[in-house]
Amino acid sequence: MPQIFHRSANTLSRATIFGAVFVAAALGWMAMEIQRSPYVTYAGVRKPQPVPFSHQHHVSGLGIDCRYCHTSVENSSFAGIPPTKTCMNCHSQIWTNAQLLEPVRASYRSGESLQWTRVNQLPDFVYFNHSIHVNKGVGCNTCHGPVDQMPLMYQQESLQMEWCLSCHRAPENNLRPRDQVFNMRYQQPTSSHPVAVDGQSYTDQFDLGAALVKKYNVRSVNDITSCNTCHR
Amino acid sequence: MDEQYKITVNAQETPVIEPGYTFGTVTEKISAIVLTRPASNGWFVGFGLAFMLTMMMLYAIGYLFVKGIGIWGVTIPIGWGFAIVNFVWWIGIGHAGTLISAILLLLRQSWRNSINRFAEAMTLFAVACAGIFPAIHVGRPWLAYWLFPYPSTMGVWPQFRSPLIWDVFAVSTYATISALFWFIGLIPDLATLRDRAAHPATRMIYGMLSMGWRGSARHWHRYETAYLLLAGLATPLVLSVHTVVSFDFAVGIVPGWHTTIFPPYFVAGAIYSGFAMVLMLAIPIRKIYGLEDFITERHLQNSAKVMLATGLIVAYGYGIEAFMGWYSGDRYDAFTLWNRLHGPYAVPYWSLLACNIFIPQVLWIRKLRTSPVALFFISGVILVGMWLERFIIVVVSLSRDFLTSSWGMYYPTRWDWMTYIGTIGMFLAAMFLFVRLLPMISIFEMRTLLPEAEVKE
Repeated sequence: MPQIFHRSANTLSRATIFGAVFVAAALGWMAMEIQRSPYVTYAGVRKPQPVPFSHQHHVSGLGIDCRYCHTSVENSSFAGIPPTKTCMNCHSQIWTNAQLLEPVRASYRSGESLQWTRVNQLPDFVYFNHSIHVNKGVGCNTCHGPVDQMPLMYQQESLQMEWCLSCHRAPENNLRPRDQVFNMRYQQPTSSHPVAVDGQSYTDQFDLGAALVKKYNVRSVNDITSCNTCHR
Repeated sequence: MDEQYKITVNAQETPVIEPGYTFGTVTEKISAIVLTRPASNGWFVGFGLAFMLTMMMLYAIGYLFVKGIGIWGVTIPIGWGFAIVNFVWWIGIGHAGTLISAILLLLRQSWRNSINRFAEAMTLFAVACAGIFPAIHVGRPWLAYWLFPYPSTMGVWPQFRSPLIWDVFAVSTYATISALFWFIGLIPDLATLRDRAAHPATRMIYGMLSMGWRGSARHWHRYETAYLLLAGLATPLVLSVHTVVSFDFAVGIVPGWHTTIFPPYFVAGAIYSGFAMVLMLAIPIRKIYGLEDFITERHLQNSAKVMLATGLIVAYGYGIEAFMGWYSGDRYDAFTLWNRLHGPYAVPYWSLLACNIFIPQVLWIRKLRTSPVALFFISGVILVGMWLERFIIVVVSLSRDFLTSSWGMYYPTRWDWMTYIGTIGMFLAAMFLFVRLLPMISIFEMRTLLPEAEVKE
């Protein structure tokens, strides 16, 4: 009886069976990577805005505090988007004829708000509160990244649940003294740059974090990783 | 192998294979069903009907995806309705295939050789039917993959302390081992089909499936080792899979669920219903394809005896449940028993007792054990009874638990029935395809039962 398959079929079948394992593993790995990539999360993606507002210019260039515009960040869930009037405090005096700022002036004249494109967007099934984070010593740039270096705003982190949990499971890794929350140049303590709290000097983030957890009454990891802390 | 043959002769019973066959005629008879026998009108009608039922199931599931779980009868307090009943029922049916192929192999019960192939196919198709239900029962089936532990972006894992995740592992392991076991057992026969096929395309397909089997001594050696290893792996599964399924209930504190008798009694029930399904398939198949010489009275009788034994274990389980209702002194357990006997679901419960305990006792009569027609109907009754048993466990316990304020009733809707009956259609459609496309009896294992295979020294 003649052979049905060419002898190369032996090699081919071995290679495909062996290869299938790697193909399956690679597909699984790819799915995991895509799910965490900016393609899905939009991390690092600059979104178009009605006016190309530069946080870099206003924060590091001019030294304006975060709270000058985001007024409700310390006592509300929402940090607040400034009304056009806040812009006009300065821009009625400087750059009054700049073409770039025409939408701002138009908004001021008509009383209609500027329609900014939201950058850091959490899903509606997540309850998030800015004030609690700020008051427990989570710095702005811990989550929002180096905003003072962003000519156009982008989202720094993935905002995925595993990212939230990475801090909620170990808050001591990220806490800083309350008076440093809005400091965009804050550095975690090292032996050469100690951080002082209540007269005591800390050279290690873990010690500082543990002290702050106690000082600010941060609730237990069990409490802050419970489902209904965020999904109410 | 010759020793097995002698046992058959000495038993002075109906042999497992009628005399007069040779290697050639056995091979010819089984392979001809696939290769040369034209598909009859009856096959087309049967397959067509089963296929239509499959389509009905897909329609019901499609509508479920559009509308949501609300089209089913499940509601609080009965959140586990038909889906879980059917899941447990189908998984249980699969168990007979594994018992026949693995445990009976290890126990060297040579009579299994003519029924193990299609019993294993039955296992696979039953597990496939069972697998549908948990996936569509989760409410948002497009997220059913959350059942599996994988490094998700949510940073959380399934609850490993929950029996539901044990279930995922038990059932997926079971499906994998059953598929491997079935396929490896098929390889020598697929090679036989490859060698006997006339059409080049048929030869190609069976050639690919047989993975280069040439029947050399080395091939046989490896085959025997692999098959025995898989039998060893599959054997604990016969006991473990339905044990884990029973934990879904036994770990819960609902009266009627929270008992330690559940694992053994679920396993016995699984084998009970599985053998009933084996008989319901074997009896028509042997008649239609003229295989009475291979699937003999002996097989029917042995299966009936297994049913009788496992049925008695199940009856013991019911008895212990009733006894504990009184002996535990727990008023909720006692009420559960009373509620089963006299409550709103008394009719299904009494039917269950009739189907699973009273009617099958006729199997003590030898004449009925060897009568295909009687066995066919008794098997049907047992399958209904085992389905009712799962219905009683799931629905009745949930309908009346601790608080009277949260009592309720369960009314399955037409979508529940369409999905359930549809899976029976899918199961049958797969069986119809199986008997036409693959050797439904293991050719080479049958050959070892022949006098020709006896080694003369």
